[in-house]
Amino acid sequence: MSDLSGGFAHAPEQAARAFRACLETLARPGQVQRLEGAAPPAPLSPAAGAVLLTLVDQAVRLHLAPSHDRPEIRDWIAFHCGAPLVAAEEADFALGSWEALQPVGRFAIGTPAYPDRAATLIVEMETLAPPNARLTGPGIARDAEARLPEIAAFADNRARFPLGFDCFFTSGDRVSGLPRSTKVEAL
Amino acid sequence: MYVATKGGERAIEAAHQWLAEERRGDRDVPELSIAQIREQMSLAVNRVMAEGSLYDPDLAALAIKQARGDLIEAIFLIRAYRTTLPRFGASLPVETGEMAITRRVSATFKDVPGGQVLGPTFDYTHRLLDFKLAAEGTTPEAQRKSADETPAPHILDLLDRDGLMEPLETSEDTPSDLTREPLEMPADRPLRLQALARGDEGFVLSLAYSTQRGYGRTHAFVGELRIGTCAVEMEIPELGFAVEIGEVELSECETVNQFTGSKTEPAQFTRGYGLVFGQNERKSISMSLVDRALRWEELGEDNTGAPAQDAEFVLYHCDNIQATGFLEHIKLPHYVDFQSELELIRRLRREAGAEEREAAE
Amino acid sequence: MSDQAFNFAYLDEATKRMIRRALLKGIAVPGYQVPFASREMPMPYGWGTGGVQVTAACLTPEDTLKVIDQGADDTTNAVSIRAFFARTAGVETTTRTGEASVIQTRHRIPEEPLVEGQILVYQVPIPEPLRFLEPRESETRKMHALEEYGLMHVKLYEDIARHGEISTAYAYPVRVEGRYVMDPSPIPKFDNPKLSDNPAIQLFGAGREQRIYALPPYTQVVSLDFEDHPFVASKAEHSCDLCGCGTSYLDEVITDDRGGRMFVCSDTDFCETRRAQGHRGRLAPEERT
Repeated sequence: MSDLSGGFAHAPEQAARAFRACLETLARPGQVQRLEGAAPPAPLSPAAGAVLLTLVDQAVRLHLAPSHDRPEIRDWIAFHCGAPLVAAEEADFALGSWEALQPVGRFAIGTPAYPDRAATLIVEMETLAPPNARLTGPGIARDAEARLPEIAAFADNRARFPLGFDCFFTSGDRVSGLPRSTKVEAL
Repeated sequence: MYVATKGGERAIEAAHQWLAEERRGDRDVPELSIAQIREQMSLAVNRVMAEGSLYDPDLAALAIKQARGDLIEAIFLIRAYRTTLPRFGASLPVETGEMAITRRVSATFKDVPGGQVLGPTFDYTHRLLDFKLAAEGTTPEAQRKSADETPAPHILDLLDRDGLMEPLETSEDTPSDLTREPLEMPADRPLRLQALARGDEGFVLSLAYSTQRGYGRTHAFVGELRIGTCAVEMEIPELGFAVEIGEVELSECETVNQFTGSKTEPAQFTRGYGLVFGQNERKSISMSLVDRALRWEELGEDNTGAPAQDAEFVLYHCDNIQATGFLEHIKLPHYVDFQSELELIRRLRREAGAEEREAAE
Repeated sequence: MSDQAFNFAYLDEATKRMIRRALLKGIAVPGYQVPFASREMPMPYGWGTGGVQVTAACLTPEDTLKVIDQGADDTTNAVSIRAFFARTAGVETTTRTGEASVIQTRHRIPEEPLVEGQILVYQVPIPEPLRFLEPRESETRKMHALEEYGLMHVKLYEDIARHGEISTAYAYPVRVEGRYVMDPSPIPKFDNPKLSDNPAIQLFGAGREQRIYALPPYTQVVSLDFEDHPFVASKAEHSCDLCGCGTSYLDEVITDDRGGRMFVCSDTDFCETRRAQGHRGRLAPEERT
């Protein structure tokens, strides 16, 4: 029997706070926010668990990369989110380590008429520091710094703007965001 | 002297109290009960259920009472209530062929299996005001005949057997839900029918009428109009089978439309379809005419530029809750936009005046 | 205290998740209109249902909410929306721009500059800037996809040919980060410069039209113009008759039937704050002692 605890105890209020953290991080690339309230089974981080609880439900399709495709995580997601699990190509959301999510070329990047029909990747990281990338673009006053799993993939993603996928990076109870609009260079 | 007014809150409160008093009317006249509205204003209740997209006669009656009889306001109350309700699941498609019929007529055949059933219709009443109703007289009970056990199959299916009718397109796909997904163009037929089913009766009626007068003419006959109750069934995953959860009254209209063929389709009869909650044959007939007009593209017909053929025009404007909200919002303050226009017009006039003076010199 | 008969901030959680997903895609593609399954709200379409849904999806119990209509906190619709959230979300409300963390607005951007951490939610009637040039959604969607904005430039240029200037005074179209042409909602063009490089998050909700769009902080927003006819953020050439401010956007008030009129700040909080600081305009009432 798997442990199905660890959801939001007060869903409306906790999801509201978690969403604001998600909104702030995606709107201000480089900024790290704390995301609390979820206690999912390892290796799913509390921050990634909170993103799932806040944004994922029966209405969206989720892809679990091999790093997170485990029975206890599947059960937890089935119970708390109810999202159908799908292949990378069909996913609205994807969860996993950066390595496990490869190749990221499989994920939806939207269409010229509907660029919003693109995947959101929840990338589990060892750490969100120290920074290795310089960021510029919407949400950033002059420039900002962030820890990214690599540089080239995000530079390529920016080059397709307004198409492209969007990312949340999670580690422990921390989250940062990187929308497709951000220009990325190595520090 | 102008002083920035405060007290919007108090004004709103007072307006609401006044409204409640007006709704009640003369207190010497007995107050209407929900049951009275439900039983004696049943066609208004039906319209509110249909355009409110919620089958609940008591709630619809309550909404009519609260809205002082303004049916669009009542529909709005029902819509706003409906959208907050939790969703437990979706019912199975209702089998209108197995309807317990109260009224069924065909304009295309004199007699049909199952027969013609006039039912409770205004059709052959002479529209003379009945002053007996004002005198609160009692209504005699109608004569009853025991229920006819002859099955009443869909009349268009009988034509279908001869190959004269366009075959029904069938699909196992779950249709998209207009109330849960944003409307996207081009809209497929299930989506168009959903929009028409909850669309404003007056708007759909006028569009249908316009097709009869030649704006996208479709040569419609009422193949069958049937009104009655249908069982609603739902699959219960825990049980593994479907159970009946209730019944609804429906009006269904299928039109038969002459069609001489196009580049892609042979000459045959084609269909228009209308289905509405409750007894509302005007709406169901209107809906089937507009449905048929909107099908020009899939049947390879010409687009004559008629309003009823234009899916974007029809679907974006048939919802009376959207329409009335946006229409009435222009009574909200627009000081800021109007000020910017005032300033622009004054400047343009000033500049034009300066030019004229220069030209005159 | 919030009203226990409703979920926090009225909307059910599934609806909020749907709106939140749309908001994030809006942030990711600034200026692009994301379709969303707008719900029927307990107020009419056209009265801020888009803004209300966006605010409901963003509010946390810790927020302080300000609601303005035409710049004013005490206009009836602003009062009604503020009361709705006080009742259903139990959040604190304020009329002070500086004290608010979430501001819902119709037709104005506050005079006081916004700061990081604030969210400005706009009520939008017609989100499509190309709609009055092309009524068909299927066509305008193509035009945005192909970055085909020639029609808009032709319209603006025809204005100049006819009137000597662009005759759009409010809802003046803008280009976001050099990509999407966007409708800033019916704010006066005086407010357009504040859209750009703003430290706050700006979110736009159109309920009846089922669209959400967004400007992240510090997004570059340019009002459309021509080199020989540059954009001018104009206003009435007066000062506020109550607080004396010469740089704020003004409402014109007719004071009698003999042509008497006065000009007052449309932003009531801004005007009151200035008067409290001792600023006086031409017709300011004498201070009561």
